[in-house]
Amino acid sequence: RVPALYQMKIFAPDKCTAKSRFWYFVSQLKKMKKTQGEILQCKEMYEKHPLVIKNVGIWLRYVSRSGIHNMYREYRDLTSAGAVTQCYRDMGARHRARASTIQIIRVEEVAASKTRRPNIKQFHNSKIRFPLTHRLNRKLHKPRFTTSRPHLTF
Amino acid sequence: YISYGPDAGKLAVIVDVIDQNRALVDGPCSGVSRKQMNFKALELTSIVMKIPRGLRPGNLRKAWEKQEVQKKWDSTTWAQKIANKKKRAQLTDFDRFKLMKAKQARNRLINVEFGKLRKTVKRPAPRLRKKKSVKK
Repeated sequence: RVPALYQMKIFAPDKCTAKSRFWYFVSQLKKMKKTQGEILQCKEMYEKHPLVIKNVGIWLRYVSRSGIHNMYREYRDLTSAGAVTQCYRDMGARHRARASTIQIIRVEEVAASKTRRPNIKQFHNSKIRFPLTHRLNRKLHKPRFTTSRPHLTF
Repeated sequence: YISYGPDAGKLAVIVDVIDQNRALVDGPCSGVSRKQMNFKALELTSIVMKIPRGLRPGNLRKAWEKQEVQKKWDSTTWAQKIANKKKRAQLTDFDRFKLMKAKQARNRLINVEFGKLRKTVKRPAPRLRKKKSVKK
């Protein structure tokens, strides 16, 4: 009798957290605990084309203060891991959702024609133009005292 | 032009725009590998390269060399200012001495001309003022 073999794609900052999340999800989905199973392999998957810009669609489930919701969000990034990181930061910013309450259900690269969000669609323009207005001078202390005003327009 | 970070001071081309804050940037002839960069670290120069969006690194290198980007950059005052700053930082004491002597010679020439100009100007106003102050 061959035991069942399951594979999951986990987005985590390190191997340790990845394994932990694997067990978290697997025990939700199957009747299996860490003591009953064995992780055969935990390896980092690298992006196939990290220099190509992708529109990544992420399906989410998160716990808010008043209930559990599903979400579909889109991000533009070079890697799906990068997009997921963006997603976590975005969820924290927009919905105050902490990482522990977010479950990534599915991450998929979406073709440009199939993206749903207007803020992603606005970048699908081969003649994209936007000005970088009023550039701030962030080097306030290098030098701290100076006689010349900073350049704000380039 | 990349203004800070590990590639500070190098030229790179914006190949594509990722989103509002980031661009895909590449500088095959200036030692910048293709990567994403925040717009905050980039300063636009007046040089625009005629390339299609998302050009591959090999073709980008050819286009860079063909459109003589390095030459265009070096002829801008921006690049020349940077080069001068660098030169100044590397001056030896002897170089500074030479610079001082050169400045002296130049200023002497300027002052001679200035003196000549001064002698040709008429001076009516100062007298009036002196009288007024005496009256008070």
